[in-house]
Amino acid sequence: MESEAVASARARLGNSGAASLEFRGVSKRYGSGPDAAVAGTPGAVNDLSFAVPAGAICVLVGPSGCGKTTSLKMVNRLIEPTSGQILLDGVDVQTVEVTALRRRIGYVIQQVGLFPHLTVGRNVAVVPALVGWSKERQRARADELLSLVGLDPSRYRGRYPAQLSGGERQRVGVARALAADPPLMLMDEPFAAVDPIARAGLQDEFLRLQKELAKTIVFVTHDVDEAIKMGDLIAVLADGGRLAQFGPPDEILARPASDFVARFVGADRGLKRLSLRTVADLKVEPVGQSDGLPRFAPATKLRDALSILLVADTRGGVALDEAGKPRGLVTVDEIASALADERVGTDARS
Amino acid sequence: MDLVTATAQWLADPQQWQGPNGILARLLEHVYLSAVSLGIAALVAMPLGLWIGHTGRLSWLTVSAANAWRALPSFAVIGLLVPFTTRIDPNLGFTLYPTVIAMIVLAGPPLLVNSYQGIAGVDRDLVDAARGMGMRERQILFDLEFPLALPVLATGIRLAAIQVIATATLGAVFGFGGLGRFIVLGDANQDNGELFGGVFLVAALALLTYGLFVLLERRLVSPGLSTRTAS
Amino acid sequence: MTTEPLVRWDWLGAHLGPIAGRVEQHLYLTVIAVAVGFAISFLLAALSIRRRKLYPLVVVLSTAVYTIPSFAVFVVLIVVSGPSVLSAEVPLVMYTFVLFVPNIVAGFDTVPWEVIDSANGMGFTRGQRWWQVELPLALPLVVASIRLATVSTIGLVTVTAVLGDSLGGLGYYILDGYHRTFTTEILVGGLLSIALAVLADLALVLLQRVLTPWVAAREVAR
Repeated sequence: MESEAVASARARLGNSGAASLEFRGVSKRYGSGPDAAVAGTPGAVNDLSFAVPAGAICVLVGPSGCGKTTSLKMVNRLIEPTSGQILLDGVDVQTVEVTALRRRIGYVIQQVGLFPHLTVGRNVAVVPALVGWSKERQRARADELLSLVGLDPSRYRGRYPAQLSGGERQRVGVARALAADPPLMLMDEPFAAVDPIARAGLQDEFLRLQKELAKTIVFVTHDVDEAIKMGDLIAVLADGGRLAQFGPPDEILARPASDFVARFVGADRGLKRLSLRTVADLKVEPVGQSDGLPRFAPATKLRDALSILLVADTRGGVALDEAGKPRGLVTVDEIASALADERVGTDARS
Repeated sequence: MDLVTATAQWLADPQQWQGPNGILARLLEHVYLSAVSLGIAALVAMPLGLWIGHTGRLSWLTVSAANAWRALPSFAVIGLLVPFTTRIDPNLGFTLYPTVIAMIVLAGPPLLVNSYQGIAGVDRDLVDAARGMGMRERQILFDLEFPLALPVLATGIRLAAIQVIATATLGAVFGFGGLGRFIVLGDANQDNGELFGGVFLVAALALLTYGLFVLLERRLVSPGLSTRTAS
Repeated sequence: MTTEPLVRWDWLGAHLGPIAGRVEQHLYLTVIAVAVGFAISFLLAALSIRRRKLYPLVVVLSTAVYTIPSFAVFVVLIVVSGPSVLSAEVPLVMYTFVLFVPNIVAGFDTVPWEVIDSANGMGFTRGQRWWQVELPLALPLVVASIRLATVSTIGLVTVTAVLGDSLGGLGYYILDGYHRTFTTEILVGGLLSIALAVLADLALVLLQRVLTPWVAAREVAR
């Protein structure tokens, strides 16, 4: 008989929805003595601890070799930690049978790894097939997911991966990871192999998807802009797999915890923070005469508004409300002051 | 007496080595005719393969034709030639021609296919870069494509050489000379020494040829290419 | 030979039965050799993949066997074990190793690592992964090697005629026709064995297409 705790944990893992994830003192050491990761293999990890609430996207970001992929792979136990625990909804992943664990976690990698010998439809249905769904249910689910990622099932389900473009393959990869409705998704630089325009499109669509599905996601990237865009929480990893900082994007940008983090996010972190806010967030003065002034929809990012105002030869721009009517005046000074109330001590660090 | 002793005795007997039907004569006959056949086949098949690989034309024809050609059983080819070559020359047409023609014909596929694949396998980007640098077509073929194709080409020559030696051996059943003759005679005369002696000589020749060509490949192919595996 | 007509149709008509029997024998010898050769080669390939160090040895040995002219090997076997099916099959099987083993190994080697990684990550057990992912992807090269070995074996079966009248498949007619200077017989043996080889090749190409439909998709995508 299973203990009540294990049974309820199993029941929780079996639900759709999202799971919480926690790293407790997780370390991965290769060999003994000071770590020297061999070129091409993932770096070591050192006493990593952080917690991700259910439904949040946590981005692991850092330079090459900082252990972010290793950390990701320890969640689904493709790599086993040397010490520490990883808890999925409070259950140590080491206590769950490994293939059962993996079938409950979605896994998307950079090269996608679609099976060349299966059609797109059958690729998407791989995990449902593994856990024994009926053929009809598999097919219905595959169609549902292909639509969800923006691929017309009637056109795509019978094609082979070799016939798809890079962006299309990535979408199929995401669909495949979602097929068994896992409470947690692991994504290892999933959009890195695609050109920048396609990548931005995939990122936007993924965020839209996340609004609907609210899964817990661990996302690895080396691109700090992608981390800021995608993450609800960011874990910045430094060489040797140490956690340099953990927190929401704005906090990492506003208050980098060390020189390393400050350098990693870049000297333009002020501007980066502006892309986290929109015109709708601004308190604005009444505008008066608004002809000839640039107009900003409420969702316009402050960074873009600033950029437009810098080249426009006007006294400011007009913030519109949801109905499209002028709400107030937007000036460069006002945009700058949007960051002021959170400026805690001027940075001696660049 | 047991096989090993009988064979050793036969091989050691100096009488066996002398004369027009002796080991030495047969060996030279075997090697000479193999080399000539290989040479003729190479003269025809290799330029053709190189041309098809370089221009890309008729490649589908090459692949399907070569497959069918490679499927030909050598025993059948030699046998089928006999009735026809004897009508041309009752003497040599009965002993020499069928086997030699078969040797030339059967050496074709590896030479043709490997020449074609060797050239076709050269990275097209390299050829484009060469053209862009102003190399003429002939220079591209000789200075770029040929050296890069050499590993695959060399393998093809080796395969053809082995094929030719085997065909020559088989020809002994159809009256050809060469080292296969000892096997046929040994079988006919129930002389195990001769039979196994012939087997030993044939095997030794084949393996030595193989080894020789492997060494040749190593010497001729640029060290920069040595990590490439030619199938 | 010079006054004989090229083809004696009456002889042909009278011998359709035995000819069919020889065709059957030819196929029988071929199928056994290819099947047994494949089974053994598969094991050798699996072993070579597990222990890479063995692989060069396996390749060298099977190449050495293949290099020695078949005629010599078959005659050795008559002396050693008489004109039996076994004498025919042992060399026929050994001649397939060099065609099967490298291609089977290569077939499994060409499975992209990201496919293996994502299969592991999705929760395939090792067995499921091997059976559902690696084997299908190795299939193109494996089937190609079966095609190669079959055609090669059909050719080699003709040589088994030197083992005696009871063997040789269609090769019997070639040899017998030669000894009796009977052209019709040679033509029957020679042309039919060629036809058999070419037909087998075509049939296996079709099988390849049927078993691996995704290869065609890839070729078009290029």
